[in-house]
Amino acid sequence: MTTESKAAVAGANVTAEKWLRMYRGMQMIRLFEEQVNELYTRAVMPGLAHLYIGEEAVAVGICDALNRDDYITSTHRGHGHCLAKGAAPDRMFAELLGKEAGYCRGKGGSMHIADPASGNLGANAIVGGSAGIATGAAFSAKYRGTKQVTVCFFGEGALGQGLLYETMNLARLWNLPVIYVCENNMYNEYTHFSETTAGEILARPAAFGIPAESVDGQDVRAVHATASRLVEAARAGKGPSFLLCNTYRYRGHHVGDVSRDYYRAKQEEQRWMTEKDPIRLHGEWLLKEKLATQAQLDEIQAKAKAEIDAAVDFALKAPYPAVGEVGEDVYA
Amino acid sequence: MPEVAVREITMAEAVREAISEEMRRDPSVFVMGEDVAEAGTPFKVLSGMVEEFGKSRVIDTPISEPGFTGIGVGAAMTGLRPVVDIMFGDFLTLVMDQLVNQAAKVHYMSGGAWKVPLVLRTTLGASRRSAAQHSQSLQAWLSHVPGLKVVLPSTPHDAKGLMKTAIRDDNPVIFFEDKMMFRLKGPVPAEDYTIPFGVADIKREGEDITLVATSSMVQVALGAATLLEEIGVSAEVVDPRTTWPLDEKTLIESAKKTSRAIVIDEGYERYGVTAEIASVIATGAFYDLDAPVKRIGAMHVPIPFSPPLEDATIPTEKSVFEAARAMCRK
Repeated sequence: MTTESKAAVAGANVTAEKWLRMYRGMQMIRLFEEQVNELYTRAVMPGLAHLYIGEEAVAVGICDALNRDDYITSTHRGHGHCLAKGAAPDRMFAELLGKEAGYCRGKGGSMHIADPASGNLGANAIVGGSAGIATGAAFSAKYRGTKQVTVCFFGEGALGQGLLYETMNLARLWNLPVIYVCENNMYNEYTHFSETTAGEILARPAAFGIPAESVDGQDVRAVHATASRLVEAARAGKGPSFLLCNTYRYRGHHVGDVSRDYYRAKQEEQRWMTEKDPIRLHGEWLLKEKLATQAQLDEIQAKAKAEIDAAVDFALKAPYPAVGEVGEDVYA
Repeated sequence: MPEVAVREITMAEAVREAISEEMRRDPSVFVMGEDVAEAGTPFKVLSGMVEEFGKSRVIDTPISEPGFTGIGVGAAMTGLRPVVDIMFGDFLTLVMDQLVNQAAKVHYMSGGAWKVPLVLRTTLGASRRSAAQHSQSLQAWLSHVPGLKVVLPSTPHDAKGLMKTAIRDDNPVIFFEDKMMFRLKGPVPAEDYTIPFGVADIKREGEDITLVATSSMVQVALGAATLLEEIGVSAEVVDPRTTWPLDEKTLIESAKKTSRAIVIDEGYERYGVTAEIASVIATGAFYDLDAPVKRIGAMHVPIPFSPPLEDATIPTEKSVFEAARAMCRK
């Protein structure tokens, strides 16, 4: 083989590895969330959780374009972002169950997982509440000259919050390396976004002079390609950008939201699940491009399942924090 | 030998000196807010700082209090020590989510993984004829929230030492400055010093009654103490300096010694700072008290504009004097 064709093969291998990694990443999130639902249904998990099922391509496509020390802020529907940025499922499940081994020592729960080691500034249960933190992290990276990029994840419901527009204005004025990622899963809790959102979504960031574009959020490769370009631009000092990811939440607003007929039709859910499932679509593409065999995909899924099962097992067996810890960590 | 003259500077100069010294010492400290740079704030507290530190560290913002406070929180989490300037304490209402749901809770919610070394400077105090939206003293609101620390300096000396402690603290600290005291002069050492949080200062020693006073009310209490002295009442004036952490021990010991206490704070009396401190004293000094602890705060009305109306809403030397005289049966 010539050097050139060797390089081409090596490049193809890297590409295959990358797309398989993202296939695995999406499977991990899907299986994780199915287990969360299971733990809720079995009344093992305290409280509620907001499942990311259906939206996996967004978190995976974007976080794969980031370095480990790049920052993200996340939302109440944050398990997917957290896993995709590199958190371990065992400590995540432990947090969901309120255990000492959890990322927040049981003090945060599903809506507040944070992990400095993977650059996760934390999930936030105030809709749009992390726009300040994300923009501040971008400000800090620029101030310190580190070249880190920050991704601010939020749902389309956050488009109703003023903080987002204040921080986008500041990010443009100060040319901060932040990417505002709007996950439009079409529902602000139980209300279709068309009832809450006037005008064109992309016109809003555009009004601040922030480059804005949309992408099919069910297509992990499209998400990744766009995100890579935006991350590159932010790192090169070109300032903020806005990425609208059109996606869909397969399940309810939270695990307890099981009767959804009053706000959306079952046929609509079915259509997304059968026609636009990000994992199935990506799997089919991997097979078609001969980047993987069905046996490989099955193996990836089986391994992911085993890891998730072990993580649940770890969390179930993990001890609760000692009650005396309740007063710790109020102050640093 | 001639006595060395003690340097006297104003409260505003003391605050500026503290922040400037910290900025020279630590490049991660910066100032951010509305008109903080060339304008040096409307009260001129930060005048000259942009000339020394440049616009990358003394940063003018749009009129977006939640936005730049939120940026302060994120910057604090990622290695910087922001000093965020909220021009009037009344505007705290605009940043409550960033302070209460974000800054105050990040460390606890993350199980100690992230910390927020943020200082938020703002003002309190009425009697400037600024009416209902530029005159409130909202320190009670923030003292209520676990995760925040609340500082209320009453002298230039305390302002400098407490500001340095605030900037070096790893927690969100709300630093209230009385806008009527910016020109108050007092002795301030030129050298570096800090004043720990949670340590009350006895501003005047006395035997017959304890006047616990915060911020703007310390001068009022000292004035009342002078009037009381003329009728033979010896008043002790205790300044907690921080409402959280709160130096309960010093407050209780003073009340035990004098057997009487009045708590004075410029915030609303109802459900206010005075209620909390009075409760601490009533509980801790119960068997040594000769009278129920009395509270004096702002009247429960929005601060009015008209001078005679506004003056009726806040504690004065005279109202404190009268209350103390009645309590001492003089």
